[in-house]
Amino acid sequence: MKLTISAYIGLTVFVMLLAVAVLAPWIAPYDPSAINLPNRLAPISIDHWLGTDHLGRDVFSRLVMASTISLGAAFVTLVLMLVIGVGLGGLAGYAGGRTEQVIMRTCDVFMTFPTVVLALFMVAILGTGLTNVIIAIAITHWAWYARITRSLVLSIRHSDYLKAAKLSGVPAWIRFRRHILPSVLVQLLVLASLDIGHVMLHVSGLSFLGLGVQSPTPEWGVMINDARQFIWSSPLLIIWPGLAILLSVLSFNLMGDALRDKLDPNLEHEG
Amino acid sequence: MLKYIVKRLLLLPPLVLAVSLVIFMFLRLSGAEPALAYLRAASIPLTDQSIALAERQLGLDKPIWDQYWHWLTHAAQLDFGTSYMTSRPVWDDILYFLPATLQLSAFALFITLALSLPMAVWAARYRDKWPDFSIRGLAFIGVSIPNFWLAFMLVLLFAVQLRWLPAMGYGGLSHMLLPGFAIAFMSLCINARLLRASMLEAQGQRYVRYARMRGISERRIERTHVLRNSLLPIITAVGMHIGELIGGALVVETIFAWPGIGRYVLNAISNNDYPVIQCFTLLLTMIFILCNLLIDIAYALLDPRIRLEANA
Repeated sequence: MKLTISAYIGLTVFVMLLAVAVLAPWIAPYDPSAINLPNRLAPISIDHWLGTDHLGRDVFSRLVMASTISLGAAFVTLVLMLVIGVGLGGLAGYAGGRTEQVIMRTCDVFMTFPTVVLALFMVAILGTGLTNVIIAIAITHWAWYARITRSLVLSIRHSDYLKAAKLSGVPAWIRFRRHILPSVLVQLLVLASLDIGHVMLHVSGLSFLGLGVQSPTPEWGVMINDARQFIWSSPLLIIWPGLAILLSVLSFNLMGDALRDKLDPNLEHEG
Repeated sequence: MLKYIVKRLLLLPPLVLAVSLVIFMFLRLSGAEPALAYLRAASIPLTDQSIALAERQLGLDKPIWDQYWHWLTHAAQLDFGTSYMTSRPVWDDILYFLPATLQLSAFALFITLALSLPMAVWAARYRDKWPDFSIRGLAFIGVSIPNFWLAFMLVLLFAVQLRWLPAMGYGGLSHMLLPGFAIAFMSLCINARLLRASMLEAQGQRYVRYARMRGISERRIERTHVLRNSLLPIITAVGMHIGELIGGALVVETIFAWPGIGRYVLNAISNNDYPVIQCFTLLLTMIFILCNLLIDIAYALLDPRIRLEANA
């Protein structure tokens, strides 16, 4: 498979990020929560590669430990979105009739909310915290996946190989799992890979607002929020976590674009 | 045309009803306890007696459909109850904070449209040359950058380093530039990409080749044949952008101490001030729906294919 240079860059950065996220406890030179007030807001040095924050915590260690939470949260959200979207969309496309009507009208209603407003509303009623933020973002996004899944299912529901499977007495659930799901999933994964950067921006945004991950736990959005009071004195503190988010989202988007070009030439290429 | 508009307007009431139902039922079924939130906000000790009293006052002892009906009919008269935090009518509070947010969102929409157009035209004119590459690169960063972080970077550059613009506060154009740009950047990049792609598509059309054969100048072809035909898809995209821009404004205005509704709603969320949250969600969704309705109508007015079909 031939890949473009940008796809290689995206893939390399992504693999590195993934390695950092998985190996975080071994990479981080310090305990990310170890407070050392005498050494607060220390500049970059051999001991502290990226300096220390307002509580004297090692910024590099926090950045590394945060990658696990930030990347993990984005992946979990995406999986949840896919499960709800594929489940309901698949059911709508497969069952048809009244079920389809109810599911699709529900989709329409969810798609009329502005995403950030709906996410804020869901966090408001579920309570703050990372789990609830993940649920909130999944609830604001599932409708798009449900709609696409339904149309994909509809496009193959009347294909000959499905009729053949039905004629030979394959039960409905097996038909769905073996003959519909695989082809639907490939296309959805392309869309999901284009979406994961967006999801990550949402998660870190809500954490930045103080609604997601709570403060002592390192997360990139939280770190930006912690550093905002020191923007005049120690501007570097706010630059690092943002760069980490930017780099991750960039690598996701580069990979998503490459994946789309390879797997799904039919999708419109925006360039 | 009138028929089309009436048809779209008839769809509005069921949609609003469904939205209000989602807002009301999600809150009640989520296990949230308005009575407890109310008592905590008012610093009243939680006893069985006080809880029972609060439940009666808030109407929580009635069947849930009665509660919904009560809330809906009062909401229709702009009575959203009183805020647990401020003890003032929710509607008055929201009306006090919302205009600043909408002002900022509108300014961000202006930036989005004003900048994405020349960017796309430039990129399409010099396709696969350096202007195209640099704009595509910029747009790629634009869709990957967190708006709240971009806001801080703009403050660092233009307020802390260069001292050209104020770092925060409410005011005229100079106060709106940094937050407006931070909010608009992602939408403007998406829009520029979309418009560029749509212009390139139009450039491949036969009528463009024919215009070229007739010896019409490239600039004129670009203006009258390419750009005009490429603008239609942008109008629909604007509907999506409005939601993102309002959402962006809610986040970014807290950074610039812009006196909008963002800070107020965040306080309401951390204090479980449910009447405020309900009103905020319903109102902003209504604004979003209405904007999209207007855009659809504008689209139909501008696109003869839809206009004629609606008349037929």
